[in-house]
Amino acid sequence: MSKNKHVEALNTSRRTFLKTAGVTTAAAMTGASLGQYVQAQSAEPIRIGFQQHSSGIGAAYGRWYGRTTEAAVAAINNMGGINGRMVELVAEDDGTDPKRGAEVVEKFAKQRNCDVAFGTLFSHVVIGSAPRAGELKLPYFVVSEGHHVASGMLNRYTLQPGITDVKSQVQAMAPFVAGNLGKKVTMIYPDFAFGHDHRDYFSAAIEAQGGQVLEKIAIPPAETSFTRYFPKIPRDTEVVYHVMVGPAVLTFVKEMGEFFGGRGPQLFGFIDSLEAVDMQSPGLEFLEGSYFWEGNPRNAQSDQTEFDKAFRTAVGVDENGASISDSRDVSTYSHMFGCWETLFVIKQGMEACDYKGPQDRAKLVEAVEAMRNFDESAQFPQGSKLFNGKTHQVFGHQYISRVESGKLNRVHTTSIEDGLYEDEVDYTTQSL
Amino acid sequence: MELGPHILLALLESAVSTAVLALTAIGLALVFGIMRVVNVAHGEFFMLGAVLAWWITDQLTAFSPAVGFAVALVLSPLLVGAIAYASDRIVINRVDYDPERTIVATVGLLYIFQQISLMTFGPDARPVEPPFNTRLAIPWLEITEQGWAVYWPWGLSITSYKLAVIAISIVLLIGVWLVLSKTRYGLIMRATQQDKDIAQAFGIRIERVYGLVFAAGGALAAMGAVLIVPIQQAHYLMGGDPLLLSFIVVILGGLGSLSGTLVAAAIIGLSNGMIAVFFSPTLAKILATLLVALVLIWRPAGLFTRSSR
Repeated sequence: MSKNKHVEALNTSRRTFLKTAGVTTAAAMTGASLGQYVQAQSAEPIRIGFQQHSSGIGAAYGRWYGRTTEAAVAAINNMGGINGRMVELVAEDDGTDPKRGAEVVEKFAKQRNCDVAFGTLFSHVVIGSAPRAGELKLPYFVVSEGHHVASGMLNRYTLQPGITDVKSQVQAMAPFVAGNLGKKVTMIYPDFAFGHDHRDYFSAAIEAQGGQVLEKIAIPPAETSFTRYFPKIPRDTEVVYHVMVGPAVLTFVKEMGEFFGGRGPQLFGFIDSLEAVDMQSPGLEFLEGSYFWEGNPRNAQSDQTEFDKAFRTAVGVDENGASISDSRDVSTYSHMFGCWETLFVIKQGMEACDYKGPQDRAKLVEAVEAMRNFDESAQFPQGSKLFNGKTHQVFGHQYISRVESGKLNRVHTTSIEDGLYEDEVDYTTQSL
Repeated sequence: MELGPHILLALLESAVSTAVLALTAIGLALVFGIMRVVNVAHGEFFMLGAVLAWWITDQLTAFSPAVGFAVALVLSPLLVGAIAYASDRIVINRVDYDPERTIVATVGLLYIFQQISLMTFGPDARPVEPPFNTRLAIPWLEITEQGWAVYWPWGLSITSYKLAVIAISIVLLIGVWLVLSKTRYGLIMRATQQDKDIAQAFGIRIERVYGLVFAAGGALAAMGAVLIVPIQQAHYLMGGDPLLLSFIVVILGGLGSLSGTLVAAAIIGLSNGMIAVFFSPTLAKILATLLVALVLIWRPAGLFTRSSR
């Protein structure tokens, strides 16, 4: 595998190098329209360490985070790079493993001369890697959803400016669930940090709506067989709230369908339970009419924005959220936009602080902390967002979709305010 | 869910995993019993069986799922058997079946198979469509004010495919038993197991027997995997659990004892399933591993072997 990784890394850098060379040559030929940046063109590229889940239980996300990130870097370089310098991606596989994650962060800082680290999804990897990033004073931009950033558990160098956290997401979902589906809820979630965020914050949010959680069923994220967990669902459950991750999500959903046999309670799922899974897979017919949270609607909606259209084209995703070259290769559409948007936040931050090199890392953190509003645009195709510099967390719109004829049709969009909560930390008081 | 239906559902679910576990563990027991090789790569033969089953069915999507599955059920164990045979010839044989060195060698094989699978098959879990899959709801009785009444509890069901897994496993296990006890090949294997030097003196080509036994062990694991893959999915990391459980079963049953292995598979498979349903899967694994430790202390030859002292 290490050889494979090596080849991958070489390919990436070679491709990036060719692009860099191409753009540089083009810029040189078209003359000095870039003015002050011309000299910088010949300077070192900005190196972004991309901590990628290429193998292990997060591999499907890793593949799509990779495609989105490469597309965003290409777009940034086409715009002339950052501060006139090209961006180079340095991808490293972390095996979706916290221990390896911390090593990868260290490698970015000490061996690969990266300016920042970026891209991690799985919460246990983020929690395992962030302390090392803080010690190394390496800005660490995660695209993870977990509440660990805004909870104050991590440090000043860890930021999440591209994706809303779970606490905010579930708080925005609870009124819809209680109002439309039922108030007696049974929760099924993966038994690690990300799932515990769902358990804790959704329980609180549904109680605030006058509902209650009857049973909380935790399932290990590496589990392969699920029927044995379902009998714990109490008979008077009105809504099953499900969120699952890992390689066996399709088995999870299929076995849930077989369990209820069409007579079950209402289903409300986080699309994580079916990220990278084709909704047309045999055995999923029972999901018809059920509801899902989506971070970004997988199926292009009738009122699709031009930004979403351009984003799909750039990443290579069709209107069903699958790869344009293989319709069976379904994307992780509700999460991967976070990579695209985070890279543009890094670009804005570096431009705001006139980032020159690793000596300016602290200035970059301060520049991102000073940000507030991101407007819906080509850079932020998922929608407008509000960034909280104190908690290092961004807040955006969330979507609820209903499965109709095997497609996810958006039925509700939450406001940013629906997901806001009291600050739990002020990272800006920590030293840089 | 009420206690009665809950227990029945747990038993049905556990029976499916027990059936697959028995096939996998018999393969491991065969290899240890006859060759005295502790095959740490056994779980990877299981994984290869599942991955090849996916690959074969994916090639045959033009036909019905049943055709693809039937071909996979025959071809995948044969291919894995061939891979196992080659592993024996190229690696295990070269270290002279030395107990310590074969452990290290099979650890190496484990990583080689896992990483080759990652590099070719990829890191995703991939489904195989079952040849048939009808949900069979099971009724239950309850006392109402009008007396006994039949009702259909939520979730009390099994699929026709899961029943087929149990049936096919039993047929395959009977086949293994028949081969070992009634055929000339079985006689040769048992003779080799009892005393390889004497067997060799009687003209049995020990190394050839070893190669075939290693192939059969791999093929049995692959059969278990082909049966389970339409229920779960093929994934390059799926070999870990079957390896751990097979080792637990083989140690409890007495290393190399086939009947002991079957009884142990039933005990571990059913108790594992029941504890997982009523308490937690983690507790089930803790208890099974603890049981192994206790057996190793007090009955190192296994629960079901008569003392050889």
